[in-house]
Amino acid sequence: MNYVIIGNSVAAVGAVRAIRDVDQDGNITVISRERHVAYGRPLISYLLGGLISEKRMAYLPEDFYDKHRINLLLNSEVVGVDSKKRQVKLAAGDTVAYDRLLIATGGDPFVPPIEGLAGKEKIFTFTTWDDAAKLKAIAHDIEHAVVIGGGLIGLKAAEGLHLLGKKVTIVELADRILSAAFDRPAGRIVAKKMKLNGIDVITEETVVKIEGDGSAISGVVLKSGDYLPCDTVIVAIGVRPAASFLKGSGIDVNRGVVVDGCMETSVKGVFAAGDVAEARDFFSDTKNPLPIWPDAYIQGDIAGTAMAGKQKEYAGGLSMNSIEFFKVSTISMGVTNPQNPAEFEILTYQDLESYSYRKIVVKDNRLVGAVLVGNVERAGIFAGLIREQIDVTPFKEHLLAPGFGIIHLPKELRSALFAPFGKAA
Amino acid sequence: MKRIYTLEDACIGCHLCEVACITEHSLSKDPVKAFLHEQVRPISRCTVEEAEGGIISLSTTCRHCDEPDCLRACISGAIQKNDQGVVRIDTEQCVGCWSCVMACPYGAVQRNTAKKKANKCDLCPDRKGPACVDACPNRALVFKEGIQK
Repeated sequence: MNYVIIGNSVAAVGAVRAIRDVDQDGNITVISRERHVAYGRPLISYLLGGLISEKRMAYLPEDFYDKHRINLLLNSEVVGVDSKKRQVKLAAGDTVAYDRLLIATGGDPFVPPIEGLAGKEKIFTFTTWDDAAKLKAIAHDIEHAVVIGGGLIGLKAAEGLHLLGKKVTIVELADRILSAAFDRPAGRIVAKKMKLNGIDVITEETVVKIEGDGSAISGVVLKSGDYLPCDTVIVAIGVRPAASFLKGSGIDVNRGVVVDGCMETSVKGVFAAGDVAEARDFFSDTKNPLPIWPDAYIQGDIAGTAMAGKQKEYAGGLSMNSIEFFKVSTISMGVTNPQNPAEFEILTYQDLESYSYRKIVVKDNRLVGAVLVGNVERAGIFAGLIREQIDVTPFKEHLLAPGFGIIHLPKELRSALFAPFGKAA
Repeated sequence: MKRIYTLEDACIGCHLCEVACITEHSLSKDPVKAFLHEQVRPISRCTVEEAEGGIISLSTTCRHCDEPDCLRACISGAIQKNDQGVVRIDTEQCVGCWSCVMACPYGAVQRNTAKKKANKCDLCPDRKGPACVDACPNRALVFKEGIQK
């Protein structure tokens, strides 16, 4: 059996481990357009800010590729898939044949057409190790950077630049930063902390024009007409599934590569996982790309298992983020900002002075979302309650308490979790 | 593989498992020295939880899951499962992002905020069996083969 995996990040790693759990003999080829072995992609802001060295970027033990007997092709971009001949075509011209194919190419940063952007030198995106390295290499030449987009990537880029002592302004279209993960109070708490530390956050605004002579940037013009002087622009509006190379392959691509509950695409034997995939949501049957690290691993695991001939069913993508800025920890998961609040029961606690906030979202007595700011201890218990769809009625009154824990769950549940199998009282 | 299980009806809420855990993971491996003299004292990797004024209590700790949610969420690769099935955190590699804290449904990963490192049960690699189990006076903690998801 020839397994070919396009992409070499967390979804690919989850798939490799799952394949080798089932199939010790098949050939696994991993193809990556990047020049690095798998690295902790979210660590690029730590690298930029000088918090970690390059050595610590490695995501896997050194012997991973040998131990799992992987044929690793780095610096190789796949430009097409021929699903009839069952082969992928590389940019260099050669082809690689497969029996089972996994598309785990992740996302490409989206750069919208902005007036004056073309030809400017110090315009960056921020999603790869090389993006961080490029930015770091010219850091001595940066005084003031404007980050377009206050999502996770934008905030991370801002943090890295701030650690290098640069003046940073974030421009966000929504009414708060991290609008996908946070509700208003949580977004405001983090924005307040950032402002106090010297990072400017401008919301409900966007950059309409980049100004400057030749390749240099002198500033940006906002929609309101305001002008922000700067010398560097980071475009962090979002990522799009990196699926353009699948044109003409016959593989169904909507926003991402559409997959079923085993991560199989519309073409038999071809799978997709991670940021490139469009899989089922945890709470509904709708399919969405979900660029979330743990979910990419889980999807990779499910795809790899199916590729090797066994089966696991995907429970659906559950959004979750753990983000810490200036020592304020935040964890959010699931439905944090329901569109029609009347259908939900929302419990909140807040003490803005101490940057602490807790929000629990319940629907039909099942936990569906949580936002924790400050005290994030044991947040995963909430994730477990969401995934297992536990009836929270017996312990609802404890959900907001900072000391909420396993002890508040019904005894049968505690025993199922911690008592020896079969011996549970 | 052998795991640590809790018989909550036998737990008397004495917290000796936590003391034993802190001691085992201290530099001196002596509870008094660790408490008095070690600048950065370890934090316990097991958590004794109490309710109803201590009438019910149990010690919770890592399940060393077959499919560890913490490992899957770890962005730095600091969390790995070894060939024996033990899930450990490489403290050097950990960046303190708390993704594991976010993911673990057992609430079994602790935050060492002073060091900005995540912390969890390592099944005491320097001992024959886990220190918490040996320290439990009422045998509410057992170390045995079992079935885990």
